[in-house]
Amino acid sequence: MLELKNVGFVADGEVEILKDVSLTINERFVAITGPNGGGKSTLAKLIAGIYEPTSGQILLDGVDITHMSITDRAKLGVSYAFQQPVRFKGLQVRDLIRLAAGRKITITEACNYLSEVGLCARDYIDREVNASLSGGELKRIEIAMVLARGTKLSVFDEPEAGIDLWSFQNLIHVFEKMYEETRGSILIISHQERILNIADKIVVIRDGEVTKYGTRDEILPELLESADAGNVACDVLTQKIK
Amino acid sequence: MDEIQRTLLKEVADLDALPVGAYNIRANGAAAGRNSTANIEIVPKEDKPGIEIYIKPGTKKESVHIPVIITQTGLTDLVYNDFYIGEDCDVTIIAGCGIHNCGGELSQHDGIHTFYIGKNSKLRYVEKHYGSGDEVSKRVMNPTTIVHLDEGANMEMETTQIAGIDDTDRRTEGDLKAGAMLVVKEKILTTGVQKAKTYFNVDLNGEGCSANIISRSVAKENSWQHFDSRINGNAPCAGHSECDSIIMDHGCVTASPQLTANDIDASLIHEAAIGKIAGEQLMKLMTLGLTEKEAEEQIVNGFLK
Ligand SMILES: Nc1ncnc2c1ncn2[C@@H]1O[C@H](COP(=O)(O)OP(=O)(O)OP(=O)(O)O)[C@@H](O)[C@H]1O
Ligand SMILES: [Mg+2]
Repeated sequence: MLELKNVGFVADGEVEILKDVSLTINERFVAITGPNGGGKSTLAKLIAGIYEPTSGQILLDGVDITHMSITDRAKLGVSYAFQQPVRFKGLQVRDLIRLAAGRKITITEACNYLSEVGLCARDYIDREVNASLSGGELKRIEIAMVLARGTKLSVFDEPEAGIDLWSFQNLIHVFEKMYEETRGSILIISHQERILNIADKIVVIRDGEVTKYGTRDEILPELLESADAGNVACDVLTQKIK
Repeated sequence: MDEIQRTLLKEVADLDALPVGAYNIRANGAAAGRNSTANIEIVPKEDKPGIEIYIKPGTKKESVHIPVIITQTGLTDLVYNDFYIGEDCDVTIIAGCGIHNCGGELSQHDGIHTFYIGKNSKLRYVEKHYGSGDEVSKRVMNPTTIVHLDEGANMEMETTQIAGIDDTDRRTEGDLKAGAMLVVKEKILTTGVQKAKTYFNVDLNGEGCSANIISRSVAKENSWQHFDSRINGNAPCAGHSECDSIIMDHGCVTASPQLTANDIDASLIHEAAIGKIAGEQLMKLMTLGLTEKEAEEQIVNGFLK
């Protein structure tokens, strides 16, 4: 269980990015959504320890992790797939998968994680994680690392961004499989209806605040309605097409 | 050969036993073993220390090992090695120098290697520098490599110096005829108060020749590095140099690349980047459970791999 109690975050001592966020995440699969700049990634970074809250408390299974280092949180069971994955000159895909797994793993094992995210393992295992990888490839490797860790809390920041249309369904399967096979919780930041659709609960973050939090059935219809209503330009276009 | 010498040999040439094929092992300034083969002849120089290596035209898939090891303190060893590689060869030369010094005095090896690479020949040259011993006994290496590439010749040079050497002044010079190609991959890591200077001068003289110089280095603690490269395009050719450095602690790196185009169709590029390890790289590895120190180590090892 992940608990956030009145968590606030002020960047550089002046910009208030998150205000008094309180959330209890007990479900296995929770999606976070909301407009760009709302504070979703900031929240994920606070959970992973990349940022430290300026107020409030974060608890993981009752343990206060508010001021714990990134490393200690990772060891406790927090994983975070970045919205913008990091590139490394010289490190190969196999190195990152091995580091993620935290032990010596066989090439076959490493390849299995890559195959799960739809990368032909043989082509990628020896690739350097440098600028030569495409955005979508990098995103998939980022997801594979979290799979290799298999921790009790996995946070994915827009995992679908940059993943092509054809692979999208496979990506959904990755999460469904993860849901079935691990006993941990999955927290996904996403703008995609298809991902929100498989979540147990949905959190909406807007302007640094949690504006909605409830089951999928409570939140999703409202969300889609308001999204439709706000889409005037699109309406004009649909008329035209008709 | 004693245990320390064996360890050095393993480090610089990856040798557990005598190598297969041609070799020349130099230990503490004297010949410690030599073997020529049907296609590769090694003869000692008569006028000065060093050897001459003759590789017959058409020699393929053969290798030459020429490691140098020094365990004697206070020794300054200077050698001249000349390599004559015939036409249409495809060979590998593994050089390397290991110094173990804990005798309190300075030990030094200066190797001057000159290569004459025949038409359409392919050479892979691997050179590894390694030092061990205590902190007060200085280890110095000053390698000079001069390469002459004939038409269509191709040389790939990989040099590695990972710590252990207090002072190094490397010079690499090359001239290329039409269609020749030179690739240099250099890796340097300095720690403590070590100094490393590396200088390249490449003359691209023939039509369609090319050079690619890639240097990756890490300067830790109070160490100091200087990268100086000059590529001269004297014909329609392609030249590229790249100096990529990570500095840590109080390390200092200077990169001073120079490109000269003497021909309208010379295409020359230089890239240089110096900086500390990116914070987000450390953070990413820390989210995988590594400590900051472990993350640094992984990033540096990967960078110099
Ligand atoms: N270190 C920082 N300093 C100043 N402002 C910041 C900092 N980090 C984030 N912000 C700002 O905080 C707000 C929230 O950013 P965040 O990245 O959390 O948004 P998001 O909800 O993830 O958006 P998106 O959907 O575009 O990914 C943005 O306005 C952003 O510009
Ligand atoms: Mg974001």
